[in-house]
Amino acid sequence: MRLEWNQQRCVGQGLCYAKAPELWDCDDEGYAVLKVAGDVPADLEEAARVSARSCPEFAITIIE
Amino acid sequence: MTEPVTDWQTDWDHADPAWADDPFAIWDGLRTTCPVARTERYGGGWLVTSHALIDEVTHDTDTFSSQETGVREPGTNTKKSPPITTDPPDHQEHRRILLASFGPRSIARLEDGIRAYCKELLAAVAGRSTFDAADAYTRHIPTKAIALLLALPDDDADQFRSWVRAIMVDGHEDPDARQQATADLKAYLRPLVAARRGGAGDDVLTTVANAELDGVPLDDEMAIGMAYLLVVAGIDTTWSALGTALWHLGTHPGDLARLVDEPELLPTAVEEFLRAYAPVSVGRIVTRDGELGGCPIRAGERVLVPFGAANRDPDVFERADEFVIDREANRHAAFGLGIHRCLGSNLARLELRVALDEFVAAVPSFRVTDPAAMAWTRGHVRGPHAVPLEVGPSPKGTRT
Repeated sequence: MRLEWNQQRCVGQGLCYAKAPELWDCDDEGYAVLKVAGDVPADLEEAARVSARSCPEFAITIIE
Repeated sequence: MTEPVTDWQTDWDHADPAWADDPFAIWDGLRTTCPVARTERYGGGWLVTSHALIDEVTHDTDTFSSQETGVREPGTNTKKSPPITTDPPDHQEHRRILLASFGPRSIARLEDGIRAYCKELLAAVAGRSTFDAADAYTRHIPTKAIALLLALPDDDADQFRSWVRAIMVDGHEDPDARQQATADLKAYLRPLVAARRGGAGDDVLTTVANAELDGVPLDDEMAIGMAYLLVVAGIDTTWSALGTALWHLGTHPGDLARLVDEPELLPTAVEEFLRAYAPVSVGRIVTRDGELGGCPIRAGERVLVPFGAANRDPDVFERADEFVIDREANRHAAFGLGIHRCLGSNLARLELRVALDEFVAAVPSFRVTDPAAMAWTRGHVRGPHAVPLEVGPSPKGTRT
């Protein structure tokens, strides 16, 4: 599983990094920063799905 | 007093008492029958109630301008308060002045001060069997948070709380009082902004006073407009959300018991309070003739965007009309969608989480005294006028 996101659509809603801090961080202005490159570790797959389904801007996609 | 609404499809009005009492039924009805509703009030406008249309209006900033974010009588809406009233291409530059001050890391520094203040307010009602949580608690917390953020004198809190009420809550009844309070608040901010020009403080008012656009310091009008926005946008919105959350807990004992037993659920519950009871509706102005959800729209018309209606759209949310305290994934639009996402969202979340955490720890059992007597504010921000509570006996095994 990989996480893909449309950075242009991110407006700093903040739910991804609140829901899955192992996978997402934020910069000083509150925009999301994806912490993992490539495959999502197996134990974080559920967190990845929740973070994708939490984005109000529909900016995150799960690739399986 | 305006004429009561009898047909929401052709004559909607967010100042109607029915909108305050139960907007959810109005939105649900319109979403299924007429997701772009019409009014001839306010110079003519549209009301959108589906998530898809709210997404469209908030993201198409070329067609839907933010230059007037209040849907009011034409000509009464002249305040410029960047960045909320700025469109692209200037918007991002205006917003950037404030963005880092409202980022999660900056806002986290306020937690201790807000928590200590909540404890102080709760100590003042300790032992009472009844009290109004709006009067004793919810209205004070956002005022304090803004005072901390802008480093305003604590002694002025009562004064600017009353200005905010006149501007945001009572303005529908009394436009003259709103104009006066707006002028008074700006007059209050003017010397504060001037005094902080050249200052080195890390408060947000100093940031605004010393901000530059293209190497030129903000002029007084812009700096004061920005400071004004921070005060009015951050206070009644948050006290409305917080008061509504306490109303919910005081009328849903099962949810209250869960929060008392499982305080770790609070961040998830806060998102559900925001989804189910998003207090804010914003306005846009149509910039060019076109079409919205199959309806012909004309330049100059208003569009009202109630974010709470997006949050209850069953196309996006399962069990959309239910409050699900442990809703795991919650892509609500309470803070708006698109480039105008509420700048203060991180602060609002912090206030809600801390204020509710302290409240249920101090008052683990309470109920709304007379649910049928609840009265709610009309217009752009919906919240309870008062939250009269009866305190119950402390359940066993709760935190003390």
